Amino acid sequence: MSDAITGPQDGSALLPEADELYHPHSWWTRYVFSQDAKVIAIQYSGTALAIGFVALILSWLIRLQLGFPGLAAFIGPAEYYQLITMHGMIMVVYLLTAVFLGGFGNYLIPLMLGARDMVFPYLNMLSYWIYLLAVLVLVVSFFAPGGPTGAGWTLYPPQAILAGTPGQEWGIVLMLISLILFIAGFTMGGVNYIVTVLQARAPGMTLMRMPLTIWGIFTATILALLAFPALFVGAVMMLLDRLLGTSFFMPAILEAGQRLRYGGGSPILFQHLFWFFGHPEVYIVALPAFGIVSDLISTHARKNIFGYRMMVWAIVAIGALSFVVWAHHMYVSGMNPYFGFFFATTTLIIAIPTAIKVYNWVLTLWRGDIHLTVPMLFAIAFIVTFLNGGLTGLFLGNVVVDVPLSDTMFVVAHFHMVMGVAPILVIFGGIYHWYPKVTGRMLDARLGQVHFWITFIGAYAIFFPMHYLGLLGVPRRYYETAGLGFVPPSAQSLNAFISLVAFVVGAAQVVFLFNILRSLKHGAPAGGNPWHATTLEWQTPETPPPHGNWGPTLPVVYRWPYDYSVPGAPEDFLPQNQPDPAHAGAVP
Amino acid sequence: MALILVLIAVGSVAFHLLSPWWWTPIASNWSYIDTTLIITFWITGAVFTAIVLFMAYCLWRFRHRPGRRAAYEPERPRLEAWLTVVTALGIAAMLAPGLAVWSQFVRAPADAAEVEILAQQWRWSFRLPGADGRLGAADIRHVGDDNPLGLDPGDLAGQDDLVVDGGDLHLALGRPVKLLMRSYDVVHNFYVPEFRAKMDIIPGMVTHVWLTPSRTGTFEAICNEVCGTNHYAMRGRVVVEDEPAFRSWLDQQTAVSQRAARSTGMREAGMRRSATNKR
Repeated sequence: MSDAITGPQDGSALLPEADELYHPHSWWTRYVFSQDAKVIAIQYSGTALAIGFVALILSWLIRLQLGFPGLAAFIGPAEYYQLITMHGMIMVVYLLTAVFLGGFGNYLIPLMLGARDMVFPYLNMLSYWIYLLAVLVLVVSFFAPGGPTGAGWTLYPPQAILAGTPGQEWGIVLMLISLILFIAGFTMGGVNYIVTVLQARAPGMTLMRMPLTIWGIFTATILALLAFPALFVGAVMMLLDRLLGTSFFMPAILEAGQRLRYGGGSPILFQHLFWFFGHPEVYIVALPAFGIVSDLISTHARKNIFGYRMMVWAIVAIGALSFVVWAHHMYVSGMNPYFGFFFATTTLIIAIPTAIKVYNWVLTLWRGDIHLTVPMLFAIAFIVTFLNGGLTGLFLGNVVVDVPLSDTMFVVAHFHMVMGVAPILVIFGGIYHWYPKVTGRMLDARLGQVHFWITFIGAYAIFFPMHYLGLLGVPRRYYETAGLGFVPPSAQSLNAFISLVAFVVGAAQVVFLFNILRSLKHGAPAGGNPWHATTLEWQTPETPPPHGNWGPTLPVVYRWPYDYSVPGAPEDFLPQNQPDPAHAGAVP
Repeated sequence: MALILVLIAVGSVAFHLLSPWWWTPIASNWSYIDTTLIITFWITGAVFTAIVLFMAYCLWRFRHRPGRRAAYEPERPRLEAWLTVVTALGIAAMLAPGLAVWSQFVRAPADAAEVEILAQQWRWSFRLPGADGRLGAADIRHVGDDNPLGLDPGDLAGQDDLVVDGGDLHLALGRPVKLLMRSYDVVHNFYVPEFRAKMDIIPGMVTHVWLTPSRTGTFEAICNEVCGTNHYAMRGRVVVEDEPAFRSWLDQQTAVSQRAARSTGMREAGMRRSATNKR
């Protein structure tokens, strides 16, 4: 943070020899069993988006039933619970986690830090293939006898493994195996990201010169490595309960009048394990989104991110606090109610660093030179939806206010806004932003605008009114609410409206897919740095960057990543590897 | 974009004010919860509107025009500190009343009448204490055809308990009641929207929640924790009535001892059942 020029003048002595990298010998090792982080990133993203489209179809079916109950004869109660379970699990774990860490993480960590690749390329490759296996096991459960599990994505025992829940035979077993595989695969990738960030930065790239994208991904990876093991042991124990008849989570139970051979276990223990993972998971998704959106806003507003150091510490503080708030998902779980005091306090404290981040994004716009490019539109839409979802989190975090709202549609609206819509808008923004680097071609901006407006306005129209259904008391996870006296007919009209909008928003994603595929061949050539950005990934000698990224010599970093519009500089950006002492930024 | 953001801010506030969807009229003492919720709505609504409108202003005022250049302004520690303090105050204004109400929520009054709720896939049963005012012990081991709630036949306190199996639960207006909740199969949740209070029901333990009914009427009780295929159909009813009506309802209920007299006895029934139930 001190001197503008701390990088060595001749970094070549520190560079690894080019032959230290594994060089692919064939098409197979170059594009399929590739050890290049950039190829692995595309494999991760492609797989995640593919399974994400499955989750999108599932959400359509969910909305079909909620908006127009009984219209689709093939959706009975069992099928409905299977739909919501698979939709939730795919979106949270197999899409969001995989895209941010496996996709953006793999692509951006080496490039933004000036490394040639990840530190452990072979492990990195293994990470993807195990992830793919986890996805395939998940997909197989759709076709297994009895179908996938319908226990809700939280998989609470004892119901998750008992006969009253759909998918008790195979679905739940495959789900648990898939999660175990996912975590094993992710751990390989995660170790890799952390070691790469700590050990493979280019000369001059101090930690406090890292772009916030990397800070977000780095911190999220640490969270994931600490949080996923809780889910791992939970999944293993439940699998043992299901297959070998142990009773980790199973008390004495009657099923259809029969006493089962379980006894002495604790269902609530699973909830603690699940949410010890589950809450950090929110930030595993959110922190990379925070980071990416910071860089998008700064780049497209041509202005340094406001309060960089505060932004870094806010990320670290949120990451640390996220481990002491988990039981706010369990205020009405039957746990000792006195826990509520502690968890409500920690939960509301976490709002402070989060609010600081929102202020700093908005203050970055202040006196900027705002280009409303497609990535910028998505970034701004993120702020709106994240702000909205974050504020409703203050309702649910404040223990006593949570009591009437818990497990109602208010919760569904809240978490979709804050960890569904908001991060997905960032994923879209990130793809529009980095696609030119990945492919060398721009995405079509007009199609991007169409995609953006339908997605943003539509998603807001879906989830904002939904809060009010929850306020009314409409419970979540209800196959139908017909016959509930406190639900007026007008609520059903609102549900139909939400469903119609959801169909349109879902269909609009085809525009995005079309744009991605069409621009591969027909997009306008992008050049190396179409957004005039400062960070290292835009300074590669070739675009798209080849294996090894940097040609013969690694870049040397001389400044922080946000030297936009520096007074006196000839252009409105100074790349991080530009050794221009005359126009060094005022701060780092 | 700026215009759309203004529309979103104004539209959201308008929707909030004009929306026909609002909470059900309250029927318990937990109006404090509603008050805290309203405070939270005001604070968060103000913050949301202010930030979105400010952002809209920035997008319009600092939009790109040829020759425009952004300011260079990495940090302003005083502004950041100021914003942090204001945020912390806003948080405290929501948290303080929240925790104050929670401390009432977790402490049931000593004179609260105890009522037991037994949740099963996918129905509700209830048990009220008899003249002795005490609920007898119960355990999964004692469950049988004639003893669906699993009352301990050896516990005399349970002999005069009143079991409501399949009917509505009646509660007396204005009398604090502590709901003790049990399950023999899976996790459920007892939720009456008008009462605001809800609590999960976990097999293997007894959870509880307390409230004072404040309005007569018939209210729906629903399961609010996904508990299997027919979760959505697990519904019951709670009737709140004044003391005389409640008394006369109570008199119509049969005590456990009377039920037992009609059968050959719970213990034998249980054994017979477990013998016939082996598939």
